[in-house]
Amino acid sequence: MAEDEQKAGEKRRAYWSDNLKLLGILMSIWFIVSFGAGILFRSWLDQFSIGGYPLGFWFAQQGSIYVFIILIFVYTIRMRAIERKYGLDD
Amino acid sequence: MTTQTLIYIFVIASFVLYIGIAIWARATSTREFYVAGGGVNPIVNGMATAADWMSAASFISMAGLIAFLGYDGSVYLMGWTGGYVMLALLLAPYLRKFGQYTVPDFIGARYYSKAARVVAVICLIFVSFTYIAGQMRGVGIVFSRFLDVPITLGVVIGMSIVFFYAVLGGMKGITYTQVAQYCVLIFAYLVPAFFISFLITGNPIPQLGLGSTVNDGSGLYVLQKLDQSLVDMGFGAYTHGSKSMIDVFCITAALMIGTAGLPHVIVRFFTVPKASDARKSAGWALVFIALLYTTAPAVGAFARLNFVESVHQTEYSKAPAWFKNWERNDLIAWRDKNDDGKMQLAKGDAFAGKPEFTEKDGKNGERILSNDAADDSANEVYVDRDIMVLANPEIAGLPGWVIALVAAGGLAAALSTAAGLLLVISSSISHDLLKQTFRPKITEKGELLAARLAATAAIFVAGYLGIYPPGWVAQVVAFAFGLAAASLFPAIFMGIFSKRMNREGAIAGMLTGLIFTFLYIGYFKLWAPAGTNIADNWLFGISPEGIGVIGMLLNFGIAITVAKFTAAPPPEVEKLIDNIRVPRQS
Repeated sequence: MAEDEQKAGEKRRAYWSDNLKLLGILMSIWFIVSFGAGILFRSWLDQFSIGGYPLGFWFAQQGSIYVFIILIFVYTIRMRAIERKYGLDD
Repeated sequence: MTTQTLIYIFVIASFVLYIGIAIWARATSTREFYVAGGGVNPIVNGMATAADWMSAASFISMAGLIAFLGYDGSVYLMGWTGGYVMLALLLAPYLRKFGQYTVPDFIGARYYSKAARVVAVICLIFVSFTYIAGQMRGVGIVFSRFLDVPITLGVVIGMSIVFFYAVLGGMKGITYTQVAQYCVLIFAYLVPAFFISFLITGNPIPQLGLGSTVNDGSGLYVLQKLDQSLVDMGFGAYTHGSKSMIDVFCITAALMIGTAGLPHVIVRFFTVPKASDARKSAGWALVFIALLYTTAPAVGAFARLNFVESVHQTEYSKAPAWFKNWERNDLIAWRDKNDDGKMQLAKGDAFAGKPEFTEKDGKNGERILSNDAADDSANEVYVDRDIMVLANPEIAGLPGWVIALVAAGGLAAALSTAAGLLLVISSSISHDLLKQTFRPKITEKGELLAARLAATAAIFVAGYLGIYPPGWVAQVVAFAFGLAAASLFPAIFMGIFSKRMNREGAIAGMLTGLIFTFLYIGYFKLWAPAGTNIADNWLFGISPEGIGVIGMLLNFGIAITVAKFTAAPPPEVEKLIDNIRVPRQS
């Protein structure tokens, strides 16, 4: 019994650390496209353009929103795989 | 058929639809009343969340704000969408796994404390009432402009509709009416946007149109042309903005984090069957929201361009019909400063404050104002930003049914958000204050009745605030997001990601964030002498709109420090955290 519980605990810890790693990567991208490209580096990026949009302005008013959607769905799919790997899916 | 008749038909038809759904989806238990029985399909819930989230402000005001703020308007676009990434990744699945009914439920259980629960209820009620007053005002504006009904009667009609489906149906009724309301509002937003984008650029997709060239043979891109005309008139360039970088950064962050901490949004994720569905549902919610939020900047830019081209240097006697229509509704005003009979736009105010019309007409037929002059600026035209979306179909000369659609869409946006807010207010009273704190022996039936009575009372308060809007309503929208960011978000976040965070730390943190943010916003928005709400006086140059971020950092700092010097949470709480972190039921 005690051994089983220990095993279950280890599995949970490994699952949680995988989750935190994934979160770290995705939240960094979240920060880079919005606060980075849309605000901090906006002026510099504005020298490039995408169609009639200055690039920084595009990130601030269009691009960051598209990336946000992709981030959530990537997380949904990756988490599904991680949960299955540890047998913790619902 | 006249436009007026069409508007009546569209609005009444949409109301009949909402009431029909409410009768079909009545709630019969507290579980159905609070979380729609917990069996809502994630995509359906995503759609309901989008309607819940997109308020009268998103539908009516946002594009107009962006039209006049240009790049600075990005704070709303990123701020009100980026929060969904935080919700989906950091909060929603864990709160769903926790599996109770309200946000204070989680705070009370995780911090093993009735005091923490009550503090959360206070934050929630303050945030939600600030928000709901704005919705009722939106209902009033749409009614008075489009249906020629006095604002008071408009608000009363709106209240009765919400009363019907929120009180009868609870979360279940609200969920399915919100789905219908989303369809109405998104259709109403996109149709005129397609038309206008096509008229100006030849490309009907607004997101692409905004990056295309103008249809007038000049070969200039829309944004280039807009920058050029505005700079010529003495404004800053549309794509540059005028707020400082730190302020843009902090406002965006405060809106994002505030969004993730808004109780009426969070509870929507309590209605799906499983934790993994909560993630999926947040993704779909953002898809549905993005449809409007990526269209809004295009609508804003097109509207500004249209406005500038049809008004600047035009003789008043030749002004388009919509200009005079909205002047009659007090939302546009013109003062001929240089007495040339033409309307000039420029940087600065046409006159001090909101327009106060006299009964007299000027020599060009314009309405004469009694406001003090602002002669330091050559600007002659006052325009209320809210009309940009409402007037767009008229400005672009679109058919009457499009105008009717916009009226029904504005009402759908306001009513759906109001209903969601009413529900969290009523459940925090009947469930958190009565059942969990003061009257634990109340029966299921009694609790359901209490929830319905609380919803009824909340509707009356909201209606009162809509009919007699206190002057501070428009001033304190920043409160809702700032307070949610500074008080609720950190407590929930640490409750999931830190096993060491305890009762003492969480309560101290919430109170610090709440009080600091409240005082800062209150000082600059309400109590400080006029004219002192300027960057030089702000802490680190951060405006009251963005200060929630500092409040949040203080919350984290105080909570972690206090937790370090007080006892760790009991072992049951550690078990609770282990349990909510994994999706599988054990």
